[in-house]
Amino acid sequence: MSNLTLTINQQDYEFDNLDPRTTLLDVCRHHLHITGPKKGCDHGQCGACTMIINGRRINSCLTLAVMHDGDEITTIEGIGLPESLSELQQAFKDHDAFQCGYCTPGQICSATALIEEIKQQWPSHVTTDLQNPNGLLVQEIAERMSGNICRCSAYPNIIKAISQVLEKQVLNSSSVTEDAPNNSPADAAISGVWSPPPSEAQIGGHSMVKQTANVANVPNAASAKGERL
Amino acid sequence: MKRFEYIRALEPQQAVMFATPEDASFIAGGTNLLDLMKIEIETPQKLVDITRLELQQIETTADGGLRIGTLVTNSDLAAHPAVTAGYPVLARAMLAGASGQLRNKATTGGNLLQRTRCYYFYQPDSPCNKRNPGSGCPAIKGENRPLAVLGTSDDCIAQHPSDMAVAMRLLDATIETLKADGTSRQIPIKDFYCLPKDTPNIETVLETGELITHIVLPAPVKGMHTYDKVRDRASYAFALVSCAAVINVNNQGKLETVRLAFGGIGTKPWRNEAVEALLIGTDGNVNIISQAADLLLKDAKGSGQNDFKIPLTRRLLKQVIERALTGKGA
Repeated sequence: MSNLTLTINQQDYEFDNLDPRTTLLDVCRHHLHITGPKKGCDHGQCGACTMIINGRRINSCLTLAVMHDGDEITTIEGIGLPESLSELQQAFKDHDAFQCGYCTPGQICSATALIEEIKQQWPSHVTTDLQNPNGLLVQEIAERMSGNICRCSAYPNIIKAISQVLEKQVLNSSSVTEDAPNNSPADAAISGVWSPPPSEAQIGGHSMVKQTANVANVPNAASAKGERL
Repeated sequence: MKRFEYIRALEPQQAVMFATPEDASFIAGGTNLLDLMKIEIETPQKLVDITRLELQQIETTADGGLRIGTLVTNSDLAAHPAVTAGYPVLARAMLAGASGQLRNKATTGGNLLQRTRCYYFYQPDSPCNKRNPGSGCPAIKGENRPLAVLGTSDDCIAQHPSDMAVAMRLLDATIETLKADGTSRQIPIKDFYCLPKDTPNIETVLETGELITHIVLPAPVKGMHTYDKVRDRASYAFALVSCAAVINVNNQGKLETVRLAFGGIGTKPWRNEAVEALLIGTDGNVNIISQAADLLLKDAKGSGQNDFKIPLTRRLLKQVIERALTGKGA
């Protein structure tokens, strides 16, 4: 049994004798009635419980509340309220980026942190140049959002909503554009085409070798991966 | 989840002292451990929180390598300039694993200690020699599509799930630990994982209460760094077969450096240096690649559903070598 202070949406909550088995998600939903974060799978597979801790998105179902004494925790309630939507929340509405809405708080928390990751030039699995990623591309957003499942499959509109806010925030941030010459409006998200990595059937055949040779000349192609030292 | 006592360690020495009893477990990212605790496959009576330890740094070593604190998250390591510049195969392997949320929590040391995703291991009411030694292995004649074909035994065919560990094996990482008696040791990653044999419950050479403190990489290896991962979904899925490679081709078109490590097919991150030796100095023609694949898969044993991994590994190996040869100078 443990005593701790959690700072959630800039408000401090003190706990005495909290059962250490309690996940951060359950503390929010059951103890504090902060019910924006949803319990989908409870095993870190769906992303519905996504929260932001000290600026990083995490699965709140897979972490114990007692381990977050003193951390800054943000749930969807801390991102915006009905009368003061965040830019992303408004974009989700504008683009019809949900149907049932159950995954949406997690999607928006995840996307809010994702924008910061892109501003910080984090690479992803589909990044061509690890040291100069272009996070604005459609395939980059899809890859980086793969930890958030939407059973209504609103993915195309989720990507449109995130793209809109990303372009505005990233392209307006001069420090980022200076460091990243690739991030020009011309190859920004909406114009990209999502091409998945090679399938099992493609591996090893002539088509794959040819494709790799071709994509080596195309910047930002998803399957052109590899660095020469 | 079973009840446990929660203790927060403030320094490594304290952590190993807290963790000496058999029933204690360290927790850092917790993304795998808590998942297993929820279904009571892991039932530690004491949980030692190591997240406040000062083991979150990435430092360069005197010989040009990197010393990575065990608590460095997968996100931070994959995005670190020294890793993207000097160890792209490691960055690519980590970015191929899990999701953005999980990589933000998962730590370097914890990733090395990931448990298998064998369905039967995850099913508390099923027999499993890894979970409950001597109870049997239903996977061998059951649902074994994701499971291993190399390093298996009659008792266990569970695959090692990590992408990161495959790249660490390729790069000859060394694992630094602190033992309960206060001594530390360096374990080369090739000696870190155990084959299942008749004790699949023993997965590494770590002793009770021994804490991974750092992972040390030697200086960067020259060559083309790639990580190919074949899986059922384009993102956020475990490998069916993966291949980490560093290949350098000289001006005569000969393979000068060849390092290959595989995920998804082995009971541990799989590397066979004899396969690399066979390829080195050759022009990587179809025949030599075929011989290399024969050698790599000499002892491979499919269990039915996972038979496909054997030809798939052959094709992946061929692709990796041929791409390195054709991509020369690119």
